[in-house]
Amino acid sequence: MNAILIILTGSLVAISCSLLGSYLILRKMAMVSDAISHAVLPGIVIAFMMAGGRDSLALLLGAGILGILTTFLIEFFHQKGKLQTDASIGVTFTWLFALGVILVSYYAGNAHIDQDCVLYGEIAYVPLDVIILDSGQSLGPKALIVMSVVLVLILLFIKVSYKELFITTFDPSFANAVGISATFWHYALMSLVSLTTVASFESVGAILVVALLITPPATAYLITERLKKMLIISSAFGVSSAVFGYLLAYTIDGSIAGAMATVAGIQFAIVFVIMKKVNKARTRSAVLSLESEPTS
Amino acid sequence: MTDRLWEFVTFAYPNIKYVVLGSILLSISSAVVGCFTFLKKKALLGDVISHAVLPGICLSFIVSGSKNPFLLIIGASITGWISIVAMDYIVRSSKIKEDTATGLSLSVFFGIGILLLTYIQHSGNAAQTGLDTFLFGNAAALIGEDLIAFSLIAVIILVVVYFFYKEFKLISFDTQFANTLGLPVRTLELILTSITVLAVVTGIQAVGVVLMAAMLITPAAAARFWTNRLSIMLTLAAIFGAFSGITGAYISYASPSMPTGPWIVMVLSIIALISFFFAPGKGILIRVFKQYQNQRKFLGENLLKVFYTLGESNQNFLSYRSQEELMAKRAFKESTLAKGLTRLSREGFVTHHRAQWALTKEGYEKGKRIVRLHRMWELYLTEYLKIAPDHVHEDAESIEHVITPELELRLERLLDHPSVDPHKAPIPQKQQPIINNEQ
Amino acid sequence: MIIQTENPALEIHDLTVSYDRKPVLWGIDLSVPYGSICGIIGPNGAGKSTLIKSVMGLIPLSSGYIKIFNQELDEIRLKVSYVPQRESVDWDFPASVLDIVMMGRYGKVGLFRNIRKADKEAAMNALEQVGMEKFYRRQISQLSGGQQQRVFLARALTQQADIYFMDEPFAGVDAATEKAIIQILRRLAGEGKTIVVVHHDLQSVSTYFNWIIMLNLRLVASGPTEKVFTQQLLEEAYGGKLTLLSEVGELMKKEQVPTRE
Repeated sequence: MNAILIILTGSLVAISCSLLGSYLILRKMAMVSDAISHAVLPGIVIAFMMAGGRDSLALLLGAGILGILTTFLIEFFHQKGKLQTDASIGVTFTWLFALGVILVSYYAGNAHIDQDCVLYGEIAYVPLDVIILDSGQSLGPKALIVMSVVLVLILLFIKVSYKELFITTFDPSFANAVGISATFWHYALMSLVSLTTVASFESVGAILVVALLITPPATAYLITERLKKMLIISSAFGVSSAVFGYLLAYTIDGSIAGAMATVAGIQFAIVFVIMKKVNKARTRSAVLSLESEPTS
Repeated sequence: MTDRLWEFVTFAYPNIKYVVLGSILLSISSAVVGCFTFLKKKALLGDVISHAVLPGICLSFIVSGSKNPFLLIIGASITGWISIVAMDYIVRSSKIKEDTATGLSLSVFFGIGILLLTYIQHSGNAAQTGLDTFLFGNAAALIGEDLIAFSLIAVIILVVVYFFYKEFKLISFDTQFANTLGLPVRTLELILTSITVLAVVTGIQAVGVVLMAAMLITPAAAARFWTNRLSIMLTLAAIFGAFSGITGAYISYASPSMPTGPWIVMVLSIIALISFFFAPGKGILIRVFKQYQNQRKFLGENLLKVFYTLGESNQNFLSYRSQEELMAKRAFKESTLAKGLTRLSREGFVTHHRAQWALTKEGYEKGKRIVRLHRMWELYLTEYLKIAPDHVHEDAESIEHVITPELELRLERLLDHPSVDPHKAPIPQKQQPIINNEQ
Repeated sequence: MIIQTENPALEIHDLTVSYDRKPVLWGIDLSVPYGSICGIIGPNGAGKSTLIKSVMGLIPLSSGYIKIFNQELDEIRLKVSYVPQRESVDWDFPASVLDIVMMGRYGKVGLFRNIRKADKEAAMNALEQVGMEKFYRRQISQLSGGQQQRVFLARALTQQADIYFMDEPFAGVDAATEKAIIQILRRLAGEGKTIVVVHHDLQSVSTYFNWIIMLNLRLVASGPTEKVFTQQLLEEAYGGKLTLLSEVGELMKKEQVPTRE
């Protein structure tokens, strides 16, 4: 039963990340998501202190604010400070992460929060943390419920604003020209990324969030030629990372989050090699067909 | 607190010396290497490597069963290296873009590392304790043996940079040009990647996986704001690195609950923020301040201009005028006007008598120059840019404040010493006597 | 030589555009009549694309205003079509030709609404006009440069606009595509639409365009091709920069001086 709960939670995280990640890599913003996933740490610590405990809503809020702030700061240093984007990302997230670690150390005495959990989380504890109603009835693991809500939000967001996300991702200046604000959709998407990062955080940690945001979409990107298919295929890869990751971790008795990232990486490597062969064969047949009909 | 400071600066315990020297050495070496990756616009390379060394460390431990720093460093270097090669390969041979390859490489390698690390931890091997210091770093635990390894590697890095300075400079600024010169660009890039890997592998033990990127990027980014010359940039980055190294070490010494690595990065970040905002020329606030200064300058010069044009209309440039008269000529806000006049009188460009103000000789000259520049620029715009005479005034309103004496001369020559502007108003001449028809 | 026209389709009034305070277009005043095919020409870095982008509201203006059919862009966006430079997007994007062309309808469809069947038909119709209807399912990365440009043109056509702004539509396309594009532009102009094109190749200027805007940081000339496309004006536009102007521009950037007080 616990195994199923863990795999279920992992899959929810994987699908949420894969969906948003598909847009991120198409917008060439993969590293911004990496930055956000680290930079939310001080937000979590501060929210933790102010709420006096692991109040999920406060944590979401604190981390969400920091997530948006990170996106904003990266843009700010890039635009106003004329700092190249990669450096702007690097400076911003390390600074905020350092701040977070210092805050953690400062409050170390009275906080059940540590950087290990931030970095690689512990999905194995998911079944233990359940929400219990006043009536004494258990609703199920908290992480599972939170992630379900997040996933529904993401699905609604993509369903309702598919067209807007599509056009602002492919051609932002054309989008602006027809009156669809690229900036607005940028921040809307980044808000959801922050939310997902934070929600996934406790269970899988920052690095797995990044691995799931980037790797399954990148794998799907190699295979497909349609955005809709890319969203579906990357979700499938995400789920299979969760399932096989759990099995791998169970077999060698290691971190589940780490194993999920490992499986995601292996999937990518396999698809990469296969697609290279396929593409080579395709070009060869294209060349052959050109030779056979020189008039075309 | 002062006791602690004294203990610290005198190295009262050998441990302090190790931590301080270690922090300084690795801060300097990574800052110097970081300048090149920064200029190559591959600032996040360090982030990838630092995440990718973890599986190497674990594998090295699994194979050798020991925590000998040299063995761990070798293992770490190998996977660090592979991550970069893999990343490059993915970008070169598929449609995947650089940022995706970067994130993919770092997160997957790190995931594998975490898997191996937890596997080792759960295997019950007692020798494994302390392997996880690589994750978060622990500069305070630097001991003699580590220091030897650090110094050796730091020296190697600095020597390599010294010998390949010219070549690195070229490939950082313009790879294609370096190629046309016949430089072995690929080999040089390999060497640069290798010393980056070395810098990361050593630094990571002090500051940890995540913050290692800052040790490379932040000093370089901060230094870039102060200079356009590579040699100065390297020196500055090294100084910033060393200073943060010492400060971080001190903070965690003075307050033992405080971690060294994050404080080193914090100090570095503060230096960087100060640079972003205050560095002369490029700093954000400096530019805002310049705009403020401009506003003051414009106000003063506009006032003098109004005095001059009023003087033109009654052929009396030095007569006293009321604030109402000035405001009738140009819409100033009353408070702004008063402030501007007070400043001008302090600077000696106007004098006042009761509530009346008049130009001094210096004020007259300055006002005349602004009017002259304004009208010459209007003429330039109509003659050379073919802008309609009714559109040139607005442009001239701001350009009149920026033209340098050198440009003024060229403008005058280009327009062949003009006497009237497009609106037939006279362009005041430089050697024009003051007309003062005081009746 | 700047020739103004009565009741223009496009009117640019006293336009100055700056990047980081440095003016890259100075005091542009021009008008383009209805139904013209207008070419914007000038050397590299003259501000040709900048002019189109500022018309499309993609760059803030430092001064002046732009009117299309005597209205603000926001009031009339649905009547205006824009074709960005082909290189400005990532052609590896996972999308089909039809997906891209349908973007031309997004402005009309409105926020949060789905594409309707009529939109799809309009898109197919536009693809037929550019001779790409057989490729509608094709992944966009498998298109040649010329085909990519045709797809962009088809996207603009589905907007069913009254004025078209195109940024270098002839750059890097094959001869057949160039011919096909200019035929479509002529047909549109025949229907009374106005077309403004950033163009590079001086050889074809006099056959393609009946109105010319000549730029080099400032407006050198604007008017009917036969009057404006002269050796003397070309020399003025292409014969080097006004060094004084660019130095003043640099100075404004260095001193952070606003273009307008």
